[in-house]
Amino acid sequence: MKALILVGGYGTRLRPLTLSCAKPLVEFGNKPMLLHQLEALVDLGVKISMSLETEPLGTAGPLALAKDYLMQDNEPFFVLNSDIICDFPFKEMVKFHKHHGKEGTIVVTKVDEPSKYGVVVYDYENGRIQKFVEKPQEYVSNKINAGMYIFNSSILQRIPDPSAKIGNNCRIGPNVTIGPNVVIEDGVCIKRCTILNGAHIRSHSWLDSCIIGWKCVVGRWVRMENVSVLGEDVSVKDELYINGGRILPHKSISDSVPEPQIIM
Amino acid sequence: MLEFHKTKPSGTYCTILGTEATRTQSLEYGCIVENKETHEVLHYVEKPETYISTTINCGIYLFSPAIFKPLETIFKKNLEENYNFDLNTPSKEIIRLEQDILIPLAGTSKLFVYDTTRFWSQIKSSGAAIYANRHYLAIFQDTHPERLAKNGKGKPTIIGDVSIDPTADVHPSAVLGPNVTIGKHVTVGEGVRVRESIILEGATLQDHCCILYSVIGWNSSVGVWTRVEGTPNDPNPNKPFAKLATMPTFTNDGKLNPSITVIGSNVQIPSEVVIINSIVLPDKSLSGSYKNQIIL
Repeated sequence: MKALILVGGYGTRLRPLTLSCAKPLVEFGNKPMLLHQLEALVDLGVKISMSLETEPLGTAGPLALAKDYLMQDNEPFFVLNSDIICDFPFKEMVKFHKHHGKEGTIVVTKVDEPSKYGVVVYDYENGRIQKFVEKPQEYVSNKINAGMYIFNSSILQRIPDPSAKIGNNCRIGPNVTIGPNVVIEDGVCIKRCTILNGAHIRSHSWLDSCIIGWKCVVGRWVRMENVSVLGEDVSVKDELYINGGRILPHKSISDSVPEPQIIM
Repeated sequence: MLEFHKTKPSGTYCTILGTEATRTQSLEYGCIVENKETHEVLHYVEKPETYISTTINCGIYLFSPAIFKPLETIFKKNLEENYNFDLNTPSKEIIRLEQDILIPLAGTSKLFVYDTTRFWSQIKSSGAAIYANRHYLAIFQDTHPERLAKNGKGKPTIIGDVSIDPTADVHPSAVLGPNVTIGKHVTVGEGVRVRESIILEGATLQDHCCILYSVIGWNSSVGVWTRVEGTPNDPNPNKPFAKLATMPTFTNDGKLNPSITVIGSNVQIPSEVVIINSIVLPDKSLSGSYKNQIIL
Protein backbone atom coordinates (compact mmCIF):
# COMPACT_ATOMS: atom_id res chain seq x y z
CA MET A 1 0.00 0.00 0.00
CA LYS A 2 0.92 3.64 -0.42
CA ALA A 3 0.49 6.62 1.87
CA LEU A 4 0.64 10.38 1.41
CA ILE A 5 1.56 12.56 4.39
CA LEU A 6 0.57 16.20 3.97
CA VAL A 7 3.57 18.11 5.31
CA GLY A 8 3.35 21.87 5.11
CA GLY A 9 1.70 24.91 6.56
CA TYR A 10 3.31 27.58 8.65
CA GLY A 11 2.60 26.06 12.08
CA THR A 12 1.66 29.43 13.55
CA ARG A 13 -0.33 27.94 16.43
CA LEU A 14 2.63 25.93 17.69
CA ARG A 15 4.86 28.99 18.11
CA PRO A 16 7.40 29.53 19.59
CA LEU A 17 8.56 25.95 18.91
CA THR A 18 7.78 26.25 15.20
CA LEU A 19 9.94 29.37 14.97
CA SER A 20 12.91 27.03 15.35
CA CYS A 21 11.66 23.84 13.75
CA ALA A 22 8.96 22.72 11.27
CA LYS A 23 5.85 21.42 13.05
CA PRO A 24 6.10 17.77 11.92
CA LEU A 25 9.65 17.69 13.27
CA VAL A 26 8.73 18.78 16.82
CA GLU A 27 9.58 15.86 19.09
CA PHE A 28 7.21 13.97 21.37
CA GLY A 29 8.66 11.00 23.32
CA ASN A 30 12.01 11.88 21.73
CA LYS A 31 10.69 11.28 18.23
CA PRO A 32 9.41 13.86 15.79
CA MET A 33 5.65 13.70 15.10
CA LEU A 34 6.36 12.68 11.55
CA LEU A 35 8.51 9.77 12.64
CA HIS A 36 5.69 8.38 14.81
CA GLN A 37 3.53 8.29 11.68
CA LEU A 38 6.23 6.88 9.44
CA GLU A 39 7.00 4.06 11.85
CA ALA A 40 3.34 3.12 12.05
CA LEU A 41 3.17 3.05 8.24
CA VAL A 42 6.37 1.03 7.91
CA ASP A 43 4.91 -1.54 10.31
CA LEU A 44 2.08 -1.86 7.79
CA GLY A 45 4.57 -2.40 4.92
CA VAL A 46 4.20 1.05 3.29
CA LYS A 47 7.11 2.33 1.20
CA ILE A 48 8.23 5.95 1.44
CA SER A 49 8.96 8.50 -1.26
CA MET A 50 8.76 12.28 -1.36
CA SER A 51 7.36 14.99 -3.64
CA LEU A 52 8.06 18.68 -3.13
CA GLU A 53 5.66 21.56 -3.73
CA THR A 54 7.31 24.69 -5.05
CA GLU A 55 4.36 26.76 -3.80
CA PRO A 56 1.50 26.06 -1.36
CA LEU A 57 -1.16 24.09 -3.25
CA GLY A 58 -3.87 23.74 -0.56
CA THR A 59 -4.73 20.37 0.94
CA ALA A 60 -5.79 18.57 -2.28
CA GLY A 61 -3.02 20.01 -4.47
CA PRO A 62 -0.35 17.57 -3.25
CA LEU A 63 -2.60 14.67 -4.27
CA ALA A 64 -2.62 15.95 -7.85
CA LEU A 65 1.15 16.46 -7.65
CA ALA A 66 1.67 12.82 -6.59
CA LYS A 67 -1.00 11.63 -9.02
CA ASP A 68 1.26 9.60 -11.32
CA TYR A 69 2.87 7.85 -8.38
CA LEU A 70 -0.43 7.07 -6.64
CA MET A 71 -2.01 5.82 -9.91
CA GLN A 72 0.73 3.23 -10.51
CA ASP A 73 -1.56 0.51 -9.20
CA ASN A 74 -5.25 0.34 -8.33
CA GLU A 75 -4.59 -0.06 -4.59
CA PRO A 76 -6.23 2.35 -2.14
CA PHE A 77 -3.80 4.75 -0.41
CA PHE A 78 -3.60 6.52 2.95
CA VAL A 79 -3.55 10.27 3.32
CA LEU A 80 -2.43 11.70 6.67
CA ASN A 81 -2.25 15.19 8.05
CA SER A 82 1.25 15.46 9.49
CA ASP A 83 0.09 17.24 12.66
CA ILE A 84 -1.95 14.42 14.22
CA ILE A 85 -0.86 12.04 16.90
CA CYS A 86 -2.74 8.86 17.84
CA ASP A 87 -2.18 5.12 17.84
CA PHE A 88 -2.84 4.98 14.07
CA PRO A 89 -5.51 2.27 13.58
CA PHE A 90 -4.36 1.59 10.02
CA LYS A 91 -5.26 -2.13 9.90
CA GLU A 92 -8.79 -1.45 11.11
CA MET A 93 -9.12 1.38 8.55
CA VAL A 94 -8.14 -0.92 5.68
CA LYS A 95 -10.60 -3.56 6.89
CA PHE A 96 -13.42 -1.02 7.19
CA HIS A 97 -12.66 0.55 3.80
CA LYS A 98 -12.62 -2.79 1.97
CA HIS A 99 -15.84 -3.81 3.71
CA HIS A 100 -17.93 -0.85 2.50
CA GLY A 101 -16.29 -0.92 -0.95
CA LYS A 102 -16.77 2.82 -1.67
CA GLU A 103 -14.28 5.46 -2.85
CA GLY A 104 -12.96 6.86 0.44
CA THR A 105 -12.88 6.58 4.20
CA ILE A 106 -12.33 9.38 6.71
CA VAL A 107 -11.41 8.60 10.31
CA VAL A 108 -13.52 10.59 12.74
CA THR A 109 -12.97 11.14 16.43
CA LYS A 110 -15.25 12.21 19.23
CA VAL A 111 -14.82 15.65 20.82
CA ASP A 112 -16.45 17.36 23.80
CA GLU A 113 -17.12 20.73 22.19
CA PRO A 114 -18.06 20.14 18.53
CA SER A 115 -18.91 23.84 18.05
CA LYS A 116 -15.14 24.52 17.83
CA TYR A 117 -14.58 22.17 14.87
CA GLY A 118 -15.83 21.09 11.50
CA VAL A 119 -18.04 18.12 12.31
CA VAL A 120 -19.04 15.11 10.21
CA VAL A 121 -22.68 13.97 10.11
CA TYR A 122 -23.11 10.32 9.06
CA ASP A 123 -25.39 7.24 9.27
CA TYR A 124 -24.59 5.27 12.40
CA GLU A 125 -25.49 1.93 10.77
CA ASN A 126 -23.15 2.00 7.77
CA GLY A 127 -20.90 5.06 8.32
CA ARG A 128 -22.01 6.84 5.10
CA ILE A 129 -21.26 10.57 5.38
CA GLN A 130 -24.26 12.89 4.94
CA LYS A 131 -22.59 16.27 5.32
CA PHE A 132 -19.81 18.36 6.81
CA VAL A 133 -20.80 21.26 9.05
CA GLU A 134 -18.23 23.89 9.92
CA LYS A 135 -18.37 25.04 13.61
CA PRO A 136 -22.06 24.12 14.21
CA GLN A 137 -23.97 26.47 16.53
CA GLU A 138 -26.70 23.80 17.09
CA TYR A 139 -25.60 20.27 17.95
CA VAL A 140 -25.56 18.01 14.86
CA SER A 141 -22.75 15.57 15.67
CA ASN A 142 -19.79 15.21 18.02
CA LYS A 143 -17.49 13.53 15.49
CA ILE A 144 -14.75 15.50 13.74
CA ASN A 145 -12.33 14.80 10.90
CA ALA A 146 -9.31 13.12 12.52
CA GLY A 147 -7.00 13.90 9.60
CA MET A 148 -6.59 10.33 8.38
CA TYR A 149 -8.06 9.02 5.16
CA ILE A 150 -8.02 6.07 2.78
CA PHE A 151 -8.92 6.71 -0.84
CA ASN A 152 -9.23 4.56 -3.92
CA SER A 153 -6.95 5.82 -6.69
CA SER A 154 -10.10 6.76 -8.67
CA ILE A 155 -10.49 9.79 -6.33
CA LEU A 156 -7.61 11.49 -8.15
CA GLN A 157 -9.77 11.91 -11.25
CA ARG A 158 -12.09 14.13 -9.18
CA ILE A 159 -9.39 16.76 -8.68
CA PRO A 160 -9.90 19.20 -11.55
CA ASP A 161 -6.88 20.13 -13.67
CA PRO A 162 -6.46 23.89 -13.70
CA SER A 163 -8.11 24.90 -16.98
CA ALA A 164 -6.55 28.37 -17.43
CA LYS A 165 -3.41 28.48 -19.55
CA ILE A 166 -0.68 31.07 -19.05
CA GLY A 167 2.17 31.59 -21.52
CA ASN A 168 5.86 32.30 -20.96
CA ASN A 169 7.39 35.57 -19.76
CA CYS A 170 4.11 36.86 -18.32
CA ARG A 171 3.90 39.06 -15.23
CA ILE A 172 0.62 38.44 -13.38
CA GLY A 173 -0.37 40.32 -10.23
CA PRO A 174 -0.88 41.83 -7.77
CA ASN A 175 -4.60 41.22 -7.18
CA VAL A 176 -5.46 39.32 -10.34
CA THR A 177 -8.13 36.64 -10.68
CA ILE A 178 -7.97 34.43 -13.73
CA GLY A 179 -11.10 32.38 -14.40
CA PRO A 180 -11.49 28.89 -15.82
CA ASN A 181 -10.64 28.24 -19.48
CA VAL A 182 -8.85 31.58 -19.80
CA VAL A 183 -5.89 31.68 -22.20
CA ILE A 184 -3.09 34.17 -21.51
CA GLU A 185 -0.46 34.15 -24.27
CA ASP A 186 3.28 34.91 -23.93
CA GLY A 187 4.63 38.20 -22.58
CA VAL A 188 1.41 39.55 -21.05
CA CYS A 189 1.40 41.84 -17.99
CA ILE A 190 -1.79 41.89 -15.87
CA LYS A 191 -2.30 43.88 -12.65
CA ARG A 192 -5.43 44.39 -10.50
CA CYS A 193 -7.75 42.65 -12.98
CA THR A 194 -10.46 40.01 -13.18
CA ILE A 195 -10.38 37.83 -16.28
CA LEU A 196 -13.66 35.91 -16.61
CA ASN A 197 -14.33 32.41 -17.95
CA GLY A 198 -13.07 31.67 -21.45
CA ALA A 199 -11.42 35.03 -22.16
CA HIS A 200 -8.31 35.11 -24.35
CA ILE A 201 -5.52 37.67 -23.83
CA ARG A 202 -3.04 37.70 -26.73
CA SER A 203 0.74 38.26 -26.58
CA HIS A 204 2.50 41.34 -25.15
CA SER A 205 -0.64 43.12 -23.95
CA TRP A 206 -0.69 45.17 -20.75
CA LEU A 207 -3.78 45.32 -18.50
CA ASP A 208 -4.22 47.26 -15.29
CA SER A 209 -7.46 47.67 -13.29
CA CYS A 210 -9.79 46.06 -15.82
CA ILE A 211 -12.55 43.47 -15.97
CA ILE A 212 -12.40 41.26 -19.04
CA GLY A 213 -15.79 39.61 -19.65
CA TRP A 214 -16.59 36.05 -20.61
CA LYS A 215 -15.19 34.84 -23.95
CA CYS A 216 -13.57 38.20 -24.81
CA VAL A 217 -10.52 38.34 -27.07
CA VAL A 218 -7.94 41.05 -26.36
CA GLY A 219 -5.47 41.44 -29.26
CA ARG A 220 -1.69 41.70 -29.21
CA TRP A 221 0.08 44.80 -27.82
CA VAL A 222 -3.19 46.15 -26.46
CA ARG A 223 -2.99 48.51 -23.48
CA MET A 224 -6.06 48.63 -21.21
CA GLU A 225 -6.27 50.62 -17.99
CA ASN A 226 -8.31 52.94 -15.76
CA VAL A 227 -11.22 50.55 -15.00
CA SER A 228 -11.94 49.45 -18.53
CA VAL A 229 -14.71 46.83 -18.56
CA LEU A 230 -15.40 44.51 -21.48
CA GLY A 231 -18.84 42.87 -21.65
CA GLU A 232 -19.30 39.32 -22.85
CA ASP A 233 -17.71 38.28 -26.16
CA VAL A 234 -16.05 41.62 -26.96
CA SER A 235 -13.04 41.57 -29.25
CA VAL A 236 -10.34 44.24 -29.12
CA LYS A 237 -8.10 44.41 -32.21
CA ASP A 238 -4.28 44.44 -32.04
CA GLU A 239 -2.27 47.46 -30.83
CA LEU A 240 -5.20 49.48 -29.44
CA TYR A 241 -5.29 51.64 -26.32
CA ILE A 242 -8.40 51.43 -24.12
CA ASN A 243 -8.50 54.01 -21.31
CA GLY A 244 -11.55 53.66 -19.07
CA GLY A 245 -13.71 52.18 -21.83
CA ARG A 246 -16.97 50.42 -20.84
CA ILE A 247 -17.79 48.21 -23.78
CA LEU A 248 -21.12 46.47 -24.22
CA PRO A 249 -21.33 42.77 -25.09
CA HIS A 250 -20.53 41.35 -28.54
CA LYS A 251 -18.77 44.52 -29.81
CA SER A 252 -15.70 44.40 -32.00
CA ILE A 253 -13.39 47.29 -31.16
CA SER A 254 -11.06 48.41 -33.95
CA ASP A 255 -10.19 51.96 -32.81
CA SER A 256 -8.52 53.11 -29.61
CA VAL A 257 -10.61 54.58 -26.79
CA PRO A 258 -8.14 57.21 -25.50
CA GLU A 259 -10.53 58.85 -22.99
CA PRO A 260 -13.08 57.16 -20.69
CA GLN A 261 -16.35 56.49 -22.48
CA ILE A 262 -19.13 53.95 -22.94
CA ILE A 263 -19.19 52.10 -26.25
CA MET A 264 -22.74 50.93 -26.99
CA MET B 1 15.28 67.37 -65.66
CA LEU B 2 18.77 67.74 -67.17
CA GLU B 3 17.62 66.32 -70.53
CA PHE B 4 14.62 68.67 -70.51
CA HIS B 5 16.90 71.64 -69.79
CA LYS B 6 19.27 70.70 -72.64
CA THR B 7 16.41 70.79 -75.19
CA LYS B 8 15.67 74.42 -74.33
CA PRO B 9 17.07 77.26 -76.50
CA SER B 10 20.58 78.51 -75.64
CA GLY B 11 20.40 81.53 -73.38
CA THR B 12 17.89 79.76 -71.09
CA TYR B 13 18.83 80.69 -67.54
CA CYS B 14 16.97 78.20 -65.43
CA THR B 15 14.62 75.20 -65.15
CA ILE B 16 12.49 74.90 -62.01
CA LEU B 17 11.22 71.53 -60.81
CA GLY B 18 7.43 71.85 -60.51
CA THR B 19 4.65 69.62 -59.26
CA GLU B 20 0.91 69.64 -59.00
CA ALA B 21 -0.86 70.76 -55.79
CA THR B 22 -4.51 71.20 -54.83
CA ARG B 23 -6.03 74.65 -55.34
CA THR B 24 -6.11 75.34 -51.59
CA GLN B 25 -2.67 74.02 -50.77
CA SER B 26 -1.03 75.82 -53.72
CA LEU B 27 -1.38 79.09 -51.77
CA GLU B 28 1.34 77.92 -49.36
CA TYR B 29 3.94 77.53 -52.12
CA GLY B 30 5.54 79.42 -55.00
CA CYS B 31 3.01 79.25 -57.85
CA ILE B 32 4.00 78.94 -61.50
CA VAL B 33 1.85 79.74 -64.56
CA GLU B 34 3.34 77.95 -67.56
CA ASN B 35 2.79 77.65 -71.29
CA LYS B 36 1.47 74.08 -71.36
CA GLU B 37 3.19 73.34 -74.69
CA THR B 38 6.61 74.95 -74.28
CA HIS B 39 6.72 74.84 -70.44
CA GLU B 40 7.97 78.40 -70.45
CA VAL B 41 7.25 80.18 -67.16
CA LEU B 42 4.76 82.94 -67.93
CA HIS B 43 4.15 84.16 -64.40
CA TYR B 44 5.60 83.46 -60.95
CA VAL B 45 4.24 84.46 -57.55
CA GLU B 46 5.37 83.43 -54.08
CA LYS B 47 2.61 82.27 -51.62
CA PRO B 48 -0.29 84.19 -53.24
CA GLU B 49 -3.40 85.22 -51.30
CA THR B 50 -5.71 84.00 -54.03
CA TYR B 51 -5.53 81.09 -56.42
CA ILE B 52 -3.11 81.48 -59.34
CA SER B 53 -2.02 78.02 -60.46
CA THR B 54 -1.83 74.47 -59.16
CA THR B 55 1.73 74.10 -60.50
CA ILE B 56 4.06 74.77 -57.57
CA ASN B 57 7.81 75.28 -57.11
CA CYS B 58 9.52 72.16 -55.67
CA GLY B 59 12.63 74.10 -54.60
CA ILE B 60 14.96 72.34 -57.02
CA TYR B 61 16.58 74.43 -59.79
CA LEU B 62 18.89 73.74 -62.70
CA PHE B 63 20.85 76.86 -63.76
CA SER B 64 22.98 77.58 -66.83
CA PRO B 65 26.20 79.45 -65.99
CA ALA B 66 24.74 82.38 -67.96
CA ILE B 67 22.65 83.12 -64.85
CA PHE B 68 25.64 84.91 -63.27
CA LYS B 69 25.11 87.90 -65.59
CA PRO B 70 21.59 88.75 -64.31
CA LEU B 71 22.74 87.88 -60.77
CA GLU B 72 25.49 90.49 -61.01
CA THR B 73 23.04 93.10 -62.27
CA ILE B 74 20.57 92.40 -59.47
CA PHE B 75 23.29 92.36 -56.82
CA LYS B 76 24.60 95.79 -57.84
CA LYS B 77 21.07 97.19 -58.09
CA ASN B 78 20.24 95.96 -54.57
CA LEU B 79 23.44 97.49 -53.23
CA GLU B 80 22.68 100.88 -54.79
CA GLU B 81 19.11 100.99 -53.59
CA ASN B 82 20.05 100.10 -50.06
CA TYR B 83 23.20 102.18 -49.85
CA ASN B 84 23.50 104.27 -46.74
CA PHE B 85 26.19 106.13 -44.81
CA ASP B 86 25.29 104.62 -41.47
CA LEU B 87 28.09 102.19 -40.62
CA ASN B 88 26.02 100.51 -37.94
CA THR B 89 23.40 99.19 -40.38
CA PRO B 90 25.01 96.85 -42.85
CA SER B 91 24.03 97.32 -46.47
CA LYS B 92 21.93 94.58 -48.02
CA GLU B 93 24.30 92.27 -49.84
CA ILE B 94 21.60 89.75 -50.51
CA ILE B 95 19.73 88.33 -53.46
CA ARG B 96 16.38 86.68 -52.95
CA LEU B 97 15.97 83.93 -55.52
CA GLU B 98 12.18 84.04 -55.78
CA GLN B 99 11.60 87.80 -55.61
CA ASP B 100 14.77 89.06 -57.35
CA ILE B 101 15.33 86.36 -59.96
CA LEU B 102 12.30 84.18 -60.69
CA ILE B 103 9.62 86.88 -60.67
CA PRO B 104 11.49 89.23 -63.08
CA LEU B 105 12.54 86.31 -65.36
CA ALA B 106 8.95 85.02 -65.72
CA GLY B 107 7.61 85.81 -69.18
CA THR B 108 11.09 86.44 -70.70
CA SER B 109 11.36 82.97 -72.39
CA LYS B 110 14.49 82.31 -70.30
CA LEU B 111 12.79 80.45 -67.43
CA PHE B 112 11.17 76.99 -67.77
CA VAL B 113 9.38 74.52 -65.54
CA TYR B 114 9.87 70.75 -65.59
CA ASP B 115 6.81 69.02 -64.15
CA THR B 116 7.15 65.87 -62.04
CA THR B 117 4.34 63.58 -60.93
CA ARG B 118 6.64 61.57 -58.67
CA PHE B 119 6.76 61.67 -54.85
CA TRP B 120 7.55 65.12 -53.52
CA SER B 121 7.03 66.62 -50.07
CA GLN B 122 8.30 69.42 -47.92
CA ILE B 123 9.65 68.54 -44.48
CA LYS B 124 8.35 71.33 -42.26
CA SER B 125 7.01 69.49 -39.19
CA SER B 126 8.06 66.46 -37.20
CA GLY B 127 5.04 64.61 -38.61
CA ALA B 128 6.68 64.80 -42.02
CA ALA B 129 9.51 62.55 -40.81
CA ILE B 130 7.22 59.50 -40.72
CA TYR B 131 5.73 60.42 -44.10
CA ALA B 132 9.19 60.86 -45.63
CA ASN B 133 10.45 57.62 -44.08
CA ARG B 134 7.56 55.75 -45.68
CA HIS B 135 8.26 57.18 -49.14
CA TYR B 136 12.01 56.63 -48.98
CA LEU B 137 11.47 53.00 -47.96
CA ALA B 138 9.07 52.61 -50.90
CA ILE B 139 11.74 54.05 -53.23
CA PHE B 140 14.20 51.43 -51.87
CA GLN B 141 11.97 48.71 -53.35
CA ASP B 142 13.20 49.79 -56.80
CA THR B 143 16.54 51.41 -56.10
CA HIS B 144 18.05 49.45 -53.18
CA PRO B 145 15.96 46.33 -52.44
CA GLU B 146 18.92 44.97 -50.40
CA ARG B 147 18.33 47.72 -47.81
CA LEU B 148 14.88 46.31 -46.96
CA ALA B 149 14.56 43.57 -44.33
CA LYS B 150 13.13 40.19 -45.29
CA ASN B 151 11.33 37.54 -43.29
CA GLY B 152 13.19 34.37 -42.42
CA LYS B 153 13.73 31.69 -39.82
CA GLY B 154 15.15 33.06 -36.56
CA LYS B 155 14.53 36.64 -37.74
CA PRO B 156 11.97 39.18 -36.55
CA THR B 157 8.60 39.30 -38.32
CA ILE B 158 8.66 41.96 -41.04
CA ILE B 159 5.50 43.59 -42.39
CA GLY B 160 5.86 45.77 -45.50
CA ASP B 161 8.89 48.06 -45.89
CA VAL B 162 11.39 47.92 -43.01
CA SER B 163 15.04 48.94 -42.95
CA ILE B 164 17.24 47.49 -40.19
CA ASP B 165 20.86 48.55 -39.82
CA PRO B 166 23.15 45.47 -39.73
CA THR B 167 24.59 46.57 -36.36
CA ALA B 168 21.13 46.61 -34.70
CA ASP B 169 20.25 43.77 -32.32
CA VAL B 170 16.62 42.79 -32.92
CA HIS B 171 15.02 39.89 -31.01
CA PRO B 172 13.43 37.32 -33.34
CA SER B 173 10.08 37.61 -31.54
CA ALA B 174 9.77 41.33 -32.42
CA VAL B 175 7.25 42.43 -35.07
CA LEU B 176 8.31 45.39 -37.23
CA GLY B 177 6.53 47.34 -39.95
CA PRO B 178 5.17 48.59 -42.10
CA ASN B 179 7.39 51.64 -42.70
CA VAL B 180 9.93 51.27 -39.92
CA THR B 181 13.59 52.26 -39.87
CA ILE B 182 15.86 50.79 -37.18
CA GLY B 183 19.17 52.67 -36.87
CA LYS B 184 22.71 51.68 -35.95
CA HIS B 185 23.34 49.84 -32.66
CA VAL B 186 19.65 49.90 -31.74
CA THR B 187 18.50 47.13 -29.37
CA VAL B 188 14.99 45.75 -29.85
CA GLY B 189 13.85 43.38 -27.08
CA GLU B 190 11.57 40.39 -26.92
CA GLY B 191 8.02 40.80 -28.24
CA VAL B 192 8.48 44.44 -29.23
CA ARG B 193 6.10 45.95 -31.79
CA VAL B 194 7.11 48.89 -34.00
CA ARG B 195 4.89 50.36 -36.71
CA GLU B 196 5.27 53.56 -38.84
CA SER B 197 8.25 54.77 -36.78
CA ILE B 198 11.91 55.73 -36.87
CA ILE B 199 14.25 54.38 -34.19
CA LEU B 200 17.47 56.40 -34.22
CA GLU B 201 21.01 55.23 -33.46
CA GLY B 202 21.75 53.65 -30.10
CA ALA B 203 18.14 53.57 -28.85
CA THR B 204 16.88 50.65 -26.73
CA LEU B 205 13.34 49.27 -26.94
CA GLN B 206 12.79 46.96 -23.97
CA ASP B 207 10.64 43.82 -23.97
CA HIS B 208 6.96 43.98 -25.00
CA CYS B 209 6.95 47.75 -25.67
CA CYS B 210 4.82 49.10 -28.53
CA ILE B 211 5.91 52.06 -30.72
CA LEU B 212 3.39 53.55 -33.19
CA TYR B 213 3.82 56.68 -35.37
CA SER B 214 6.81 57.94 -33.37
CA VAL B 215 10.45 58.93 -33.63
CA ILE B 216 12.68 57.59 -30.85
CA GLY B 217 15.80 59.74 -30.49
CA TRP B 218 19.45 58.77 -30.33
CA ASN B 219 20.43 56.68 -27.28
CA SER B 220 16.96 56.90 -25.74
CA SER B 221 15.42 54.00 -23.87
CA VAL B 222 11.80 52.77 -23.70
CA GLY B 223 10.83 50.53 -20.74
CA VAL B 224 9.05 47.19 -20.75
CA TRP B 225 5.33 47.15 -21.72
CA THR B 226 5.45 50.87 -22.44
CA ARG B 227 3.37 52.34 -25.26
CA VAL B 228 4.66 55.30 -27.30
CA GLU B 229 2.08 56.47 -29.80
CA GLY B 230 1.60 59.43 -32.13
CA THR B 231 -1.15 60.55 -34.49
CA PRO B 232 -0.38 60.50 -38.21
CA ASN B 233 -1.02 63.64 -40.19
CA ASP B 234 -1.02 62.24 -43.71
CA PRO B 235 -2.34 64.07 -46.77
CA ASN B 236 -5.92 63.25 -47.63
CA PRO B 237 -5.56 60.13 -49.81
CA ASN B 238 -8.88 60.83 -51.54
CA LYS B 239 -7.70 64.19 -52.92
CA PRO B 240 -5.44 64.00 -55.94
CA PHE B 241 -2.17 65.96 -55.54
CA ALA B 242 -2.85 66.66 -51.85
CA LYS B 243 0.36 67.47 -49.96
CA LEU B 244 1.30 66.98 -46.35
CA ALA B 245 -0.38 69.82 -44.45
CA THR B 246 1.77 71.90 -42.13
CA MET B 247 -0.25 71.88 -38.94
CA PRO B 248 0.34 74.65 -36.42
CA THR B 249 1.84 73.28 -33.19
CA PHE B 250 -1.08 74.58 -31.13
CA THR B 251 -4.82 74.81 -31.72
CA ASN B 252 -6.63 78.17 -31.39
CA ASP B 253 -7.48 77.39 -27.77
CA GLY B 254 -3.83 76.75 -26.93
CA LYS B 255 -3.84 72.96 -26.98
CA LEU B 256 -1.18 70.87 -28.68
CA ASN B 257 -2.36 69.62 -32.06
CA PRO B 258 -2.19 65.81 -32.17
CA SER B 259 0.92 64.83 -34.08
CA ILE B 260 3.48 62.09 -34.15
CA THR B 261 5.32 61.52 -30.87
CA VAL B 262 8.95 62.63 -30.96
CA ILE B 263 11.37 61.53 -28.26
CA GLY B 264 14.60 63.56 -28.18
CA SER B 265 18.05 62.11 -27.69
CA ASN B 266 19.09 60.35 -24.48
CA VAL B 267 15.58 60.28 -22.95
CA GLN B 268 14.62 57.57 -20.43
CA ILE B 269 11.01 56.40 -20.62
CA PRO B 270 10.05 54.15 -17.69
CA SER B 271 8.29 50.79 -17.89
CA GLU B 272 4.52 50.31 -18.29
CA VAL B 273 3.66 53.94 -19.10
CA VAL B 274 1.91 55.48 -22.09
CA ILE B 275 3.23 58.49 -24.04
CA ILE B 276 0.72 59.83 -26.58
CA ASN B 277 1.00 62.74 -29.07
CA SER B 278 3.87 64.25 -27.11
CA ILE B 279 7.21 65.85 -27.77
CA VAL B 280 9.99 65.12 -25.29
CA LEU B 281 13.12 67.28 -25.28
CA PRO B 282 16.57 65.68 -24.97
CA ASP B 283 18.09 64.24 -21.77
CA LYS B 284 14.77 63.94 -19.90
CA SER B 285 14.08 61.09 -17.55
CA LEU B 286 10.28 60.71 -17.51
CA SER B 287 8.46 59.55 -14.40
CA GLY B 288 5.02 58.60 -15.70
CA SER B 289 2.52 58.75 -18.54
CA TYR B 290 2.03 61.83 -20.74
CA LYS B 291 -0.67 62.75 -23.27
CA ASN B 292 -0.66 65.76 -25.64
CA GLN B 293 2.24 67.48 -23.92
CA ILE B 294 5.57 69.06 -24.73
CA ILE B 295 7.98 67.95 -22.03
CA LEU B 296 10.62 70.63 -21.68
